[in-house]
Order: sequence, then C-alpha cells, then structure tokens
Amino acid sequence: MRNPLKNLTALFVGFRTTFGFLFAKQPTIEYPSIKKRHAPRFHGLHELRRYENGQERCIGCELCSIACPANAITVIGTENHDGGRLSPGERGAARYEIDELRCIFCGLCEDACPTDAIVLTPRFEMADYRRGAFVYAKDRLLVPPEAGVGATPVNPANGIPADLGTVAQRKSTVDPDQGYDATHRGSILKHQRRGLAG
Amino acid sequence: MLTLLAALPWWLLVVLKSVVVLAIVITTFAYAMLFERKVMGWMQLRPGPNRTGPWGLLQPAADALKMMFKEDLIPRTADKPIYLLAPFISLLTAMGCFAVVPFSETSGALWSVGDVNAGLLVIFALGSMGIYGISLAGWASGSKYPLLGSVRSTAQMISYELAMTLSVVGVLILAGTTSLSGIVHAQYRMWFILPQLLGFAIYLTTAVAETNRAPFDLIEAESELVGGFHTEYSGLRFGLFFIAEYLNMITVSSLATLLFLGGWSPFFGLTMIPGIIWFAIKVAFFLFVYIWLRATMPRIRYDRLMAFGWKILLPLATLNLIATAAYIAVVG
Repeated sequence: MRNPLKNLTALFVGFRTTFGFLFAKQPTIEYPSIKKRHAPRFHGLHELRRYENGQERCIGCELCSIACPANAITVIGTENHDGGRLSPGERGAARYEIDELRCIFCGLCEDACPTDAIVLTPRFEMADYRRGAFVYAKDRLLVPPEAGVGATPVNPANGIPADLGTVAQRKSTVDPDQGYDATHRGSILKHQRRGLAG
Repeated sequence: MLTLLAALPWWLLVVLKSVVVLAIVITTFAYAMLFERKVMGWMQLRPGPNRTGPWGLLQPAADALKMMFKEDLIPRTADKPIYLLAPFISLLTAMGCFAVVPFSETSGALWSVGDVNAGLLVIFALGSMGIYGISLAGWASGSKYPLLGSVRSTAQMISYELAMTLSVVGVLILAGTTSLSGIVHAQYRMWFILPQLLGFAIYLTTAVAETNRAPFDLIEAESELVGGFHTEYSGLRFGLFFIAEYLNMITVSSLATLLFLGGWSPFFGLTMIPGIIWFAIKVAFFLFVYIWLRATMPRIRYDRLMAFGWKILLPLATLNLIATAAYIAVVG
C-alpha cells in the first residue's frame, strides 16, 4: 500500500496478462486422442528381437540380468538342439521375464546384450489393474517372427551378429515419427490377455 | 400470453414463476460452474474440463451425480441439528434473493416473482441471513478448521457488509426508492455507474468478499484451512453450500446490474433486443469478472483483508455517500 498508483497499475497488468492468456495457444496435448511424438531413443517397454529367419537373438547369457540395477530381469537359459532351436547359437533363453514394475528403464540391459536381443521400445502405456500383469514373459516380449531383422551370425559358435550395436537404433516395430501407433496397442492388449495365465 | 397469466390465481402465478426462476437460476449455476472452470483453464493455459460430452458440456451433470453418490458424513463431535440445518440456511437464503429480482420491465408483473418496493432491503437482509449458514456450519462441525473458517466469515462479513451497504446508499439517494425496478427506471436517463463510479468499485469489491470468492475467500482458504467452514461437509450437503455460493454470485451480479448498469435497459438504444437478454448479458459480464478476478489475484492475507475493509473501503464508501448526499442537497 506504499504506492497506491503503482499497485493499481500492477493490478491492471495482472488482469491484462490473464485476459491475454484467454486467447493464447494452449500447450496441452490431449493425450489419449493425440499422442506426443517420442524422442527416437525413448526408453519404454522392452522387446526381444529376432533374426530375419525367425530365430531368437537371445542366447540366454544373462548379461542383461546381471547388468540390471533393479534386478528386474530373470533369464533361464537352455541348450539349443537341432530339433527345435530357439536361437542360432548353442544356448537360448528358456524363460525370459522382465518385471516392468521394478524396471527403471535405464537401458543398461540393451547395452549389455551381446546380440542386441533386448531392446527398449518407445511404448509406455503398460497400465493394468493386476500386479502380475507387469511381469512380461517371452510371450509378450518377443516380436512376431516376421518382424526379425539381420542375418544370423556367420560363425554360430562365436554367436556375435554382424549388425551388433545397430539393432537398438532400428526400432522397426514402432515408428518414432508416428508416436505410438494405435493399432499396435490393440495387439499388445491381446497379447497381455493371453499372457496372463503364464 | 399476459392475459392468460393474469387469469390465473395469484398464488399459482407465484408458484409457477418461482419454479421457472429457480429452474433457470439452477441451470445458470450449473453452467456458471462449467464456465468458470473453462475460463480459469484458458487463463491458466489449459483446456479445462473437456472429457464429459462435447466441450465438457455434461460436466455439471457428472458433478451432480458424483455429489449425490458420495458418502454423507456427520462428524461425531458435530452439533447434529445445526450441522444438518446450516447448508439449508445458506441455500434457502441464496434462493430467496431471486424472489425480488426483476429480470426485465415489470409491467404486468411478468418478469419478477414479486417486485416488492423494498426489494433491495430484502436482498441485503437475506444476504446477511445467509452468513448464518456459513457461521453455523463452521461452528456446528465440531472441529478446528471449520471453526476458524466460521470465525473468519463472521468478521469478514461484518466488515464488508458495512462498506457494501454504504456504497449502495449512494444509489438509493439518486434513485429515491428501494424498489429494484424503481431504481432501474431511475436509470433510464443515465446508468448510475457514471455518477456512482466509486460506489460501483466499492460494491464490486465488497461483493466479492460477501460471496467468499477469491481473492477474499479466506473463509475456505484451502491452503490454510483445508476447506474452511465446509471441511466436514461431504456429498450433497457440501453441494448445497456450493450451489449457495454460486447463487450468491449470481445475486450480487444481478444486483450490480440493477443498481449500476441500468438493469434490463439496453445499450445504445438497442431496444429490439428484449430486456431479459440485456439483463442476462450484464449478469454474465459480472460473472466473467468474478472468474477473471479469481484467475488473476492471489488470496489476500487476513489482516490485510481487515485493514482494507475498515481503513480503505469503509472511509471511501462514507465519502461517496456524503458527496452524493451533498450533491442532491445542493443541486437537487
């Protein structure tokens, strides 16, 4: 109240500001109907990749599990047999589970993986009513066989794929420019429902 | 139409008009609430409610439904009869005010429920009664925050009602009547906002305090008092206070329109637009100002609120009154 005139002008500045905002462009993104474009290397839900011949990239080495700071990954490896092989190498993952509630989405699993099998996608809408639904097993993590990329390693004993280090960048199942594809969301939901029993 | 209405017995006419007025006023309340949330949203650079129906138009219905299905909780420490009565005092006095508001030219008594010759006094009396609702609610809740809220409300209402009444006396002197339609008729030559600019400013300020709206909503200051007087109220009982607050807002906006902006008299001689529309436009303008104020101003500190009321508004209102009276005495 020391300078009434100054206070009064301040009052009018305030009113002008709020009135101006009335016609300003709102930065709000109306989320469920309009989705934001992700950064290309956004860390979201995991994905287990395949080679283009459909075999799994994962060799069951558990390096991701060891690297995980949140102990969110459980891998149980198994021997591959020529009869029904999972991966091109000697071993593959019999079980591969990620507890997405524990996961801190740091991407260290992605870095640790010697075959670029585990990759973080930009998908982030994982909400569910049941705690158990957040443990993602292979049935939901694995990409469909037709979504495999890269040739199997030339030397299966060595097991290192030629395109190591580039798969994570090729997040082929989700187009980062399109944000999160609505059709894919439907298929994830279907997978979730199916995967719950296991 | 008029002859048909005139043929009805007077009591039926009053009941019919009351029902129509209440229906309109309650609808106005519902959409004033949505309007407030929308405008506040825009002023804060967000879209406001937009999920229920197109443009959020069903939001009031959703809110009402939510209120109805909430648990009606009565604290063990509450003074039960008064606790139950308080919201109704607030609501009924708030609704009662509309009985004397003339919405348009009242020839044939069509546009008001009862155009009594002491309309202004009735509204002020009912407004003062409404404070009992708030004070008793806080007192009867039997807990700390509501009590603080009700103590605040009592002090604030007394302080601001003085200045409010004094600011209106200037209008009374100019119009020479307490009949609301008479006051509007007196403004056909010139709206009282021009000779009573100071009175108008004081009225507008005190009206905000009287209706417990930001920046004078100390009574329900959520940052200090949780919910103030209505902290312990839930469900429909809280809803009644909520309705009462908005009805009071509409009342004081109507009063500002009638006293200072010439009621239903048109702008620029645009007489082809009916008076009721002009009235609605003016009331809507005041409602917008209310919302604008809330979106702009932070809540005032309590001691400053008191100092402002007693040391600035009351002397100014008195000055305004003396100046108006002197003008009428000298010039006539």
